[in-house]
Amino acid sequence: MGRIWSLFFLLVPILGTIAILAAPYYDHWLPKDVSADGYQVDHLFNFILWITGIVFIGTEVALFWFMWKYDGERNDQPAKYTHGSHHLEIIWTLLPAVTLLFMAIYQMNAWAEHKIKKPNVPPLAEVTARQFEWRIRYPGPDGKFDTPDDIYDVNLLVVPVDEVVLINLRSMDVLHSFFLPNLRVKQDALPGRVIPVWFRAVEQGDYDLVCAELCGWGHYKMKGRLRVVSREEYEAHLQKLYREQEATQ
Amino acid sequence: MSATVAEHGHVERAPSPVLDFLRTYVFSLDHKVIGIQFLFSTLFWLVIGGLLALGIRWQLAWPWTPLPVLGKLLFASEGGQMPPEFYTMLFTMHASIMIFFVVIPILAGAFGNFLIPLMIGAEDMAFPVLNMLSYWFMWPAFIAMIASFFVEGGAAAAGWTAYPPLSGVQAAAPASGPGQTLWLWGVIFVGISSMLGSVNYMTTIIQMRAPGMTLFRMPMTIWGMFITAILQAFALPVLTAALFMLLLDRTLGTGFFLPEGVLINNAEVGAGGGQPLLWQHLFWFYSHPAVYIMILPAMGMVSDIVSTFARKPLFGYKPMVFAIAGIAGLGFIVWGHHMFMSGMNPYLGLTFMLSTIMIALPSAVKTFNWLATIWGGRIQFTAAMLFALGFVSMFIIGGLSGIFMAATPVDIMIHDTYYIVAHFHYVLFGGTMLAVFGGIHYWFPKMFGRMMNEFWGKVHFVLTFIFLNGVFYPMHLVGAAGFPRRLADPYHYEAFAHLLPINQFMSVSAILLGLSQLIFFANLFYSLFWGPRVGRNPWKANSLEWTAPSPPGHGNFDFQPIVYRGPYEYSSPEVDEDYYPQVQPPPEKKEQAAQEEPAS
Repeated sequence: MGRIWSLFFLLVPILGTIAILAAPYYDHWLPKDVSADGYQVDHLFNFILWITGIVFIGTEVALFWFMWKYDGERNDQPAKYTHGSHHLEIIWTLLPAVTLLFMAIYQMNAWAEHKIKKPNVPPLAEVTARQFEWRIRYPGPDGKFDTPDDIYDVNLLVVPVDEVVLINLRSMDVLHSFFLPNLRVKQDALPGRVIPVWFRAVEQGDYDLVCAELCGWGHYKMKGRLRVVSREEYEAHLQKLYREQEATQ
Repeated sequence: MSATVAEHGHVERAPSPVLDFLRTYVFSLDHKVIGIQFLFSTLFWLVIGGLLALGIRWQLAWPWTPLPVLGKLLFASEGGQMPPEFYTMLFTMHASIMIFFVVIPILAGAFGNFLIPLMIGAEDMAFPVLNMLSYWFMWPAFIAMIASFFVEGGAAAAGWTAYPPLSGVQAAAPASGPGQTLWLWGVIFVGISSMLGSVNYMTTIIQMRAPGMTLFRMPMTIWGMFITAILQAFALPVLTAALFMLLLDRTLGTGFFLPEGVLINNAEVGAGGGQPLLWQHLFWFYSHPAVYIMILPAMGMVSDIVSTFARKPLFGYKPMVFAIAGIAGLGFIVWGHHMFMSGMNPYLGLTFMLSTIMIALPSAVKTFNWLATIWGGRIQFTAAMLFALGFVSMFIIGGLSGIFMAATPVDIMIHDTYYIVAHFHYVLFGGTMLAVFGGIHYWFPKMFGRMMNEFWGKVHFVLTFIFLNGVFYPMHLVGAAGFPRRLADPYHYEAFAHLLPINQFMSVSAILLGLSQLIFFANLFYSLFWGPRVGRNPWKANSLEWTAPSPPGHGNFDFQPIVYRGPYEYSSPEVDEDYYPQVQPPPEKKEQAAQEEPAS
């Protein structure tokens, strides 16, 4: 029976690896990245996947092999009477320690790019989350917020392609989270705080803006869209919004 | 009237059978009875929590289709369809019940209570009354949670993390009313129960070990329980304080967690001047150590089971102890990794990233030592051993996937997605629950003096192992695709619409996983009454509990246990058998002991 059990456990690394390898082909994996900096996230993800993948296969296969080889019904050798090995303990402490430390240092830059090194550009828009919608405010022709020419919209954020976009993120009520899966952007919105979020989209198109922090019963439907367009289209869009706004006032 | 009472009291010398029953089985001070009370209560809650999980899976696989049978009863006005606010209650209560009423109390309350005195050679716990109270404080908590489903607005729905302002303002959601208040009281009572247990376990382990039971001769299960108790004692006061602060914010209008200018339904709420992030810091300062509270005792139990059935000493006993201590120590400085995306200072994120990545180290050391323990052994594939090996296999996945979210830039993508859900279910279901099933198979003979059925135990193992992977493994894939947690219907997003079929696969697996547990419950209850009777040591194991009668009577041991060695002396060359119990005198002392025996 020991053989059958060890083979049963061998299914874990085999099926586990196949599932991970097949997933990108069925689009059950990191979604398409349309940002300038998202590759850093994807690169780190894949880097960690390689290291953990090797450890995963190595340890699971070792588990299988020991179960296969040391099955009490077949192994006629007496069990090894050993309480451990100082050398082995040192090796398998130091080796992962160095690897982990390297991983920790290796990723610091990417974090800084995404969250610390705020770009020196004026904010393109202010996004205020509330139950259950995204309120968008552009500064208008004068480039300043809180002036009469501010332009308002809901659930549609239009940004120019190939430009660094800085967004001021706020919340009116509870916590929300501004999640752009295709741009590898996520940031919680906090009431009482203005949090800067930045990204640079490199491909035109419409993308999902997801609320990723539970905000109440309607959390699931707090859906926005990010529209990435050329500079001209962006300006035309703002002018159109401005005209519509003026007409209704 | 008073005369008859006095007379009655004098006449009846023997206690009334009713009182006797109550003292023995209900308000018992015996740690074993309390442990078994915890076991059956937590298993009952496991069923409730599991059914809530199936409700979640139903909605994710067949969104807005009427729930079979229950839908008609619960949501008659919606035509049997689950309303979205009910979905938010489902995952909130599933997590709350599984964490506070199943995993924590089944490890510390059930196994901790039953095993600590037996494994260290004590008659009972240091504080039997506190021990009884720790069980009975669970009941107000149980009742608060059950009652919350029936109050206006329903049970709490702000997630088990209860982040304010959603949880702090009554008007923020239909369920943020009395249901949330009851939830807070429930968790406060669970906290009191855990604290009573924790004080008791620490005192018992420090003070009541049998002669010869030095700290480094304690089984790993006891180390796991001991360090868990320390974690509870240091972390719980913070949670309790936070829970009371939130309660005050909600009921008296204080402003600990609510900033100025929060507008809900266009009305300003709260006193202002507070900080929502403060709650997250306080909550995770407890709840991250709680993650280890939910795994360390399980690691201890697995170490004992693996060594017993490999018939080989535990590899690297002291490194294993230090690894548990290391996990616990580091566990106190990693809470911020739950808050990488919260708006906390991103520089702080870097320090928490470093400590979090390093906590993978002691976990890796433990895994290597388990593997080295079975290396060169003579493995007996009992049901308990299969569950323990299953734990090792699944913990590898759960441990490794944690490294992804520890990496702050990667966390940007996977935070609040199903990747996280996959990770903690591999640790808590693949890890802790498999260890619990293994522990039940392993210690059942000691608890009840009867064996569980091995064949059905293995059938249960195979089905559980297959279906748990069927439910949780694909969550890694959809999580990497950005599939968010806690959404009643994510499929209206363009990015997630194509993930419906794989969610249906997961849900079918979940239903089958649930059904497989019927085998376990049938085996458990059948064996309770009709399982074959066993002697003291059916597994030929070394630790002290196996020298007591099965089941042990009041006071546990019918002799004074004296400990001569550690608990893992399997296949020792000193003796002919492949086990060497902790109480067995060494050969040269045997004669001496034999001479002393008639005198005592």
